[in-house]
Amino acid sequence: MDLGFTTAVYVVAAILFILSLGGLSGQESAKRAVWYGIFGMGLAVLATVIGPGAGLWQLTAILVAIGGLIGYQLASKVEMTQMPELVAGMHALVGLAAVFVGFNAHFELANVLTMDDTAKKALEGFAALLAKKSGAEINILRVEASLGIWIGAVTFTGSVIAYGKLSGKVTSAATKLPGGHLLNATAAISSLVCLGWYLTSGALLPLVILTVLALFIGYHLIMGIGGADMPVVVSMLNSYSGWAAAAIGFSLGNDLLIVVGALVGSSGAILSYIMCKAMNRSFVSVILGGFGGTAGPQMEVEGEQIAIDADGVAAALEDAESIVIIPGYGMAVAQAQQNVAELTRRLRAKGKTVRFAIHPVAGRLPGHMNVLLAEAKVPYDIVLEMDEINDDFPSTDVAIVIGSNDIVNPAAQDDPNSPIAGMPVLECWKAKQVFVSKRGQGTGYSGIENPLFFKENTRMFYGDAKASLDQLLMVISGH
Amino acid sequence: MIIGAPKEIAVDEKRVAMTPDSATQLQKLGYDCLVQSGAGLHAGFSDAAYEKAGVKIAKTAAELWKTADIISKVRPPEADEVKFLKKGKLLISFFYPAQNTDQMALIAKQDANVIAMDMVPRISRAQKMDALSSMANIAGYRSVIEAGNNFGRFFTGQITAAGKVPPAKVLVVGAGVAGLAAIGTATSLGAITLAFDVRPEVAEQIESMGAEFVYLDFEEAQQDGAATGGYAAPSSPEFREKQLEKFRDLAPEVDIVITTALIPGRDAPKLWLADMVADMKPGSVIVDLAAERGGNCDLTVPNEKITTKNGVTIVGYTDFPSRMAAQSSTLYATNIRHMMADLTPEKDGQTVHNMEDDVIRGATATFGGAVTFPPPPPKVQAIAAKPKEKIPERTAEEIRADEVAAFKQTTKNQVMLLTIGGAALLAVGAYAPASFMQHFIVFVLSVFVGFQVIWNVSHSLHTPLMAITNAISSIIILGAILQIGSSSFLVTVLAGISVFFAGINIFGGFLVTRRMLAMFQKS
Repeated sequence: MDLGFTTAVYVVAAILFILSLGGLSGQESAKRAVWYGIFGMGLAVLATVIGPGAGLWQLTAILVAIGGLIGYQLASKVEMTQMPELVAGMHALVGLAAVFVGFNAHFELANVLTMDDTAKKALEGFAALLAKKSGAEINILRVEASLGIWIGAVTFTGSVIAYGKLSGKVTSAATKLPGGHLLNATAAISSLVCLGWYLTSGALLPLVILTVLALFIGYHLIMGIGGADMPVVVSMLNSYSGWAAAAIGFSLGNDLLIVVGALVGSSGAILSYIMCKAMNRSFVSVILGGFGGTAGPQMEVEGEQIAIDADGVAAALEDAESIVIIPGYGMAVAQAQQNVAELTRRLRAKGKTVRFAIHPVAGRLPGHMNVLLAEAKVPYDIVLEMDEINDDFPSTDVAIVIGSNDIVNPAAQDDPNSPIAGMPVLECWKAKQVFVSKRGQGTGYSGIENPLFFKENTRMFYGDAKASLDQLLMVISGH
Repeated sequence: MIIGAPKEIAVDEKRVAMTPDSATQLQKLGYDCLVQSGAGLHAGFSDAAYEKAGVKIAKTAAELWKTADIISKVRPPEADEVKFLKKGKLLISFFYPAQNTDQMALIAKQDANVIAMDMVPRISRAQKMDALSSMANIAGYRSVIEAGNNFGRFFTGQITAAGKVPPAKVLVVGAGVAGLAAIGTATSLGAITLAFDVRPEVAEQIESMGAEFVYLDFEEAQQDGAATGGYAAPSSPEFREKQLEKFRDLAPEVDIVITTALIPGRDAPKLWLADMVADMKPGSVIVDLAAERGGNCDLTVPNEKITTKNGVTIVGYTDFPSRMAAQSSTLYATNIRHMMADLTPEKDGQTVHNMEDDVIRGATATFGGAVTFPPPPPKVQAIAAKPKEKIPERTAEEIRADEVAAFKQTTKNQVMLLTIGGAALLAVGAYAPASFMQHFIVFVLSVFVGFQVIWNVSHSLHTPLMAITNAISSIIILGAILQIGSSSFLVTVLAGISVFFAGINIFGGFLVTRRMLAMFQKS
């Protein structure tokens, strides 16, 4: 097949990818959108394998088959609550692949440059492309390859740490090595120096140092970000993996790589921006790690947390007309979404209005709660966003907070010194009664005391969310 | 200064405005207390008890009125008493200034000051001296007791060996303080209690007391209770019709009706008409707490208890608080004592009549030789929970102007971004080789498309979006495929690993996205 045909297929694939992303604007069209994506990917791979420049297609097929099998296994077995880890982990693979491809570009280039003209003519594929490059173009190629490697390496370690934090294997607290941002800055500047060195010498060593520095930055950057910010981090890493692909695309002269990389990169960036806006946090301060410094002492929380048992909650639910459920990460951890869905079904069968209020950053990645509730077959038209439901709390009889903390923290509005001051929150305390299902008296993921738990109309329903709801379901009859 | 409490001269008035307890407290404020001999007798306070509390006893009313600088009383003064109000004396009592204009003018002429306990504004700070509420509370309680006294059955339903007793059904009309107290008493005695009020916002209070709110199916701009200081305002004729219709439906069912409906400054509205009384079962009881102002019931005779031909008892007493004189005296004396505390900021036994104070100003009927009634509206709103402030309707022009401004701003931003972006592109183009620029244009356009497309993705689909972009980012496989056929073994190995990783990602990513999306379903 010649280049013209491959390019034509690439155009089709690129359009399919765009449609695939755009299709996610609605639940129904999204189902079609995935097929666009799959089809686009299939076309792109096929066209590349049979197109000019590729070789060893048998090996490629075998490797893709083995990888695909593993991917299939992973994706079929993963629990919905472990989605964030899986996504973060897969970003790491893309990052690493980008690093390898970038290094390959360097090796090929080094190879080609040592050849004489006759040998160059005999080359084919990627090496032939390299052979034709002029001096300036070679320098640009080196910049592109280093950029791809650098971003890929940052993505790799960053994703590994994000995976560790989300799965609880690494502490979720924001930890920094002594030196903090200075270390990151030093590493970034050293990377630039290495880039300059690499451009002038074309040697392997500066590239390796650059990679190590990038790996360190990825590690240190994500270690310094608290667990509560992980949704933003995951989508940010998503963006990085896209930019890495785009940079590699430049160095390989492959337009489809550039197009798709740019699509993924910009979509991840927008997503991070939307989420930061939802948390009223500046994008920069999230990326640089941790919460911004507090201006003064936080308000003392007065009062005490009053506990309630399943019977009490059930009685209140029986009396209530309108109920709003606010799920959080605790629900995901306890795998309580089925119980929540069952509770919802029973309450709705009794003619009560049951709705879900989803904060944009509930859970550990955006839309986390929606996915879990969808898994448990909660109809999505009763699942509302913060802005849609916040005004309804004063007319709500019972608000049930299941495993969320910071997103229902009134300190965000009341206490200007709170680290989350100004962050939009679900105003559930305006409901007549609030029940909080929570494991213990500890603070939330961000480590901030929550005055909601001490309010007069709040009752604490202690225990693992799933166990608590089990008790509750035993008391609330199905009929 | 000396505070004196005379014996009430109104017939059957058993209350007294000072108790031994309140006297002790007043003395702590620096006052000397004086009480007319026998003033507290009907309320259960003997002269001896007063003396024990350090109160001096005045033999006659004349002696008391002359000696005391401040006279605290329950009922409004009568002509005989007014003549004692010489210059500088202060009278604290129920006064009803709106109905008592002649006396008020006379007292003002005599240069005496009057604080009307019935005029204390209804604000949170003044609740401790709100005598109307404390008396209404007693009246509400007593009305149920009085009804029970005249009702031949239990309140609570019982199943006994001697037969089944149905529970009494009580209807309370008007859920002010008295109404709510009546509801509380009736429910705690075990009756089924219904309650009605023209102010829909009290439904919650009614339900909190354990009664069922009688809803009217009526579409009208609802009464704004807060605007009238928490009191009811007259309702429209249509509303009244609807209301009477409801009552007519209820009349045969209910055993006891307690009416407490009053509108400030007006005769009591007629809500329980003769035909409703005729519909009621024999033995039923109506207690009309509005009897003093004409009664809510057509057949009410003030100050009397009558029985109709069909055996319905109608209680029209106007002295419910006085019938519980010990309790009402204690509460009233405490209200007076709180008023005195506000009048004596230095606790030195000297009153400071501060006309800047909302509460004192509001309650003062005459001051410094002038009539000061009616008072200006209080600076603090009567009820804290104001109705939602209406956002002023914006005119079409304003909305249009805003839209134009927003449009201009957006245009300005976009033009600026385009200019900067264009300049940056030109700068790159000036130095970079043409082959780079070809790819660069593709790159920039793709970024642009990405931005445009992602803004529209719905929030609930962010996780699938992330999963699908993750899957798509494994497009890096193309690079690896292009390199895998290299002559260098190292390159082949690295490219192979990359292909393998990307393969995992492609299948895993798309499959996970499919799994997630398959779950979304409509109800």
